[in-house]
Amino acid sequence: MPVHTLPSRQVGWQRRTMVARMMRWFGWLLGVLVTVQCWQIMNEDTIWEFVYDAPAQAGDLLGRMWPPRWSVLDKLWVPLWDTLNMATLGTGLGVVLGVPVAFLAARTTTPSVSIVRPIALLVIVASRSINSLIWALLLVTVMGPGVLAGIIAIALRSIGFIGKLLYEALEEVDGRQIEAITATGASGPQRIAYGFVPQIMPVFAGISVYRWDINIRESTVLGLVGAGGIGLQLNASVSRLAWPEVTVMFIAILCTVAVSEWVSAKVRAAII
Amino acid sequence: MSAGVTGQRWRPPPLIVNPWLRWAIYGGGGLYLALALGTLQVNWGRVAEGLVRGWAFVAAFGNPDFSSRWGEISEGMIESLTMTVVATVVGVAISLPVGLGAARNLAPLPVYLVCRGIIAVSRSFPEIIVAILFVKMFGFGPLAGMVTLAFATIGFMAKLLAEDLEDIDEAQVEAVRAAGASWPQLMVYAVQPQVLPRFIGLSVYRLDINFRESAVIGIVGAGGIGATLNTSFDRYEFGTSAAILLLIIGIVMMAEYSSGIIRKRLQ
Repeated sequence: MPVHTLPSRQVGWQRRTMVARMMRWFGWLLGVLVTVQCWQIMNEDTIWEFVYDAPAQAGDLLGRMWPPRWSVLDKLWVPLWDTLNMATLGTGLGVVLGVPVAFLAARTTTPSVSIVRPIALLVIVASRSINSLIWALLLVTVMGPGVLAGIIAIALRSIGFIGKLLYEALEEVDGRQIEAITATGASGPQRIAYGFVPQIMPVFAGISVYRWDINIRESTVLGLVGAGGIGLQLNASVSRLAWPEVTVMFIAILCTVAVSEWVSAKVRAAII
Repeated sequence: MSAGVTGQRWRPPPLIVNPWLRWAIYGGGGLYLALALGTLQVNWGRVAEGLVRGWAFVAAFGNPDFSSRWGEISEGMIESLTMTVVATVVGVAISLPVGLGAARNLAPLPVYLVCRGIIAVSRSFPEIIVAILFVKMFGFGPLAGMVTLAFATIGFMAKLLAEDLEDIDEAQVEAVRAAGASWPQLMVYAVQPQVLPRFIGLSVYRLDINFRESAVIGIVGAGGIGATLNTSFDRYEFGTSAAILLLIIGIVMMAEYSSGIIRKRLQ
C-alpha cells in the first residue's frame, strides 16, 4: 500500500460526518435542558436546610442504629414465616391464574386473535405496571390488614410477570412438534397437553422459581402498608423510632433475600 | 416402546426423572402447603365486609374520577415524572464509572472489589426501604425519592454494564492498542462502540422501571404520585384511585412501547 500524505489542510480521519456530529450535539443539548428543567420543577418545594444537614442526619441515624437490639429477633420468627407464606402462596395463586392468561395471550394457542388475545394482553400489562405494594395498599383498604391481602397482592402482580414470559415462550415453541401431534388427530386440549406443555415445562418451572424469589423480596416490605409479614414489624419500629430494632430487621430481610436468591439460583441451574 | 408390549398405557416422561426426588418434592410441597394454610389467619368476617367495597372499587374503574382531585393528581404526576428523569440521568451517569470499575478485564483488583461492593449494596435492599432512610436524611419530598431511584439505578445499570464489558471482543481492543492508543482512546474507540447500543437500551428500560417505582416510594413520603394514591385510598375515594391507576398503566404502556421502538432501532 502506498502511503498517502495528507493534503495541506490537515483534516485527518474523523469518525462522523459534520451533520451527524451536529445532530448529536443538539441531542445532548436537548437532554441536558430537559434534565435541568426537571430538576428545577422537582425542587420547587425542597427545603434546602433539611438537605444540607443530611450528612449529620446520616451520622446520627447510624449512631442510633448501632448496636442492634438482637432480643427483638424472638418476635421476628412468626412474621418471617408469614412473609415466606405470602410469597409462596401468592406465587402459587399467581401461577394458577397466570397460566391460563398466558395460553389465551399466545398467538399460537389463543382461541381468538382479534378478541381474546387483546384482553389477555391488557390483563398482563395492567398487572405488570402496578407494583405489588400498590396492589397491597388497595387490598388492605378493601379487605382489611392481614396476610391474605398480601397473598392476593403478590398473586395479582405475578399474573403479569408469569403471563408475559410464558406467552412469549409459547409463541416460540417448535411448530413441527405441534404439527406432528395434530397430524395424529389430536383434539385442541390434547395438542396443548402433548404438544405445548412438554416444550414449555422447563421454562415454566424456571419462571415460577424466579418469580418466587422476587416475591420473597417484595413480601418483606408489603407489611409497610399493613399486609402482614416482617414489614409490619419494621413499620412499627420505624414509627416508634426504635432504630436498634430496625437494624436487626434489615439484617433479617437481607438474609431472607439472600437465601431465597441462592435457592432460586440452585433450582434454576438444576432445571436448565 | 416396550410399554405397548407389556400392555401399559404410554405416559409422558416426568419433569423430574428420579422418582425418589420427585415424590420427596411432592410430599414436602404438600406438607408445607398444609402447614402454611393451617397457620394462615384470616378474618373472614372482615373480608366479607370488604367485598362490598371491593365491588365499589371495581365499579370505579368503569367511571374513573379525574376531575375532583385533578390538582393533586397532576402535581403528583409531574413530581413522579421529573423525579424519574433526573434520577435516571444521575444514576446512569454515576453507574458509568462504577460499571467500568466492576469489569474484571478493565479494572485492577482493589477497584474491582470496591465497585462490586457498591453494586451489591445498591441491589440488595428493596427501593422502599432505601426510601425510608433517605426521607429521614433529606426530609420529605421528591428529592429523597430522586436519590432513592438514582441509588437503585446505579446498582442495576453498573451490574449490567460490567457484565457487557467483561464479554467484549478482545481482538478489537488489541487492534486499537496496537495502533498506539492511550487508555482513554482505548475506551472511546475500542470499548465504547461495543457496549453503547445495549447500554442506551438499558437506560431507556431503567427509565421505565424508575417511573413504576416512583409511584410506590411516595407511600413513605418520598414524593410523587404514590402519596396522592395513598391519600385517595385512605379517604375511600375509589374514583380518584382508579383514575390514578389508569394514568399509571397508560404511561407505563406508552413508555414500554416507545422504549421497545428505541431498542429495536439501536440493534
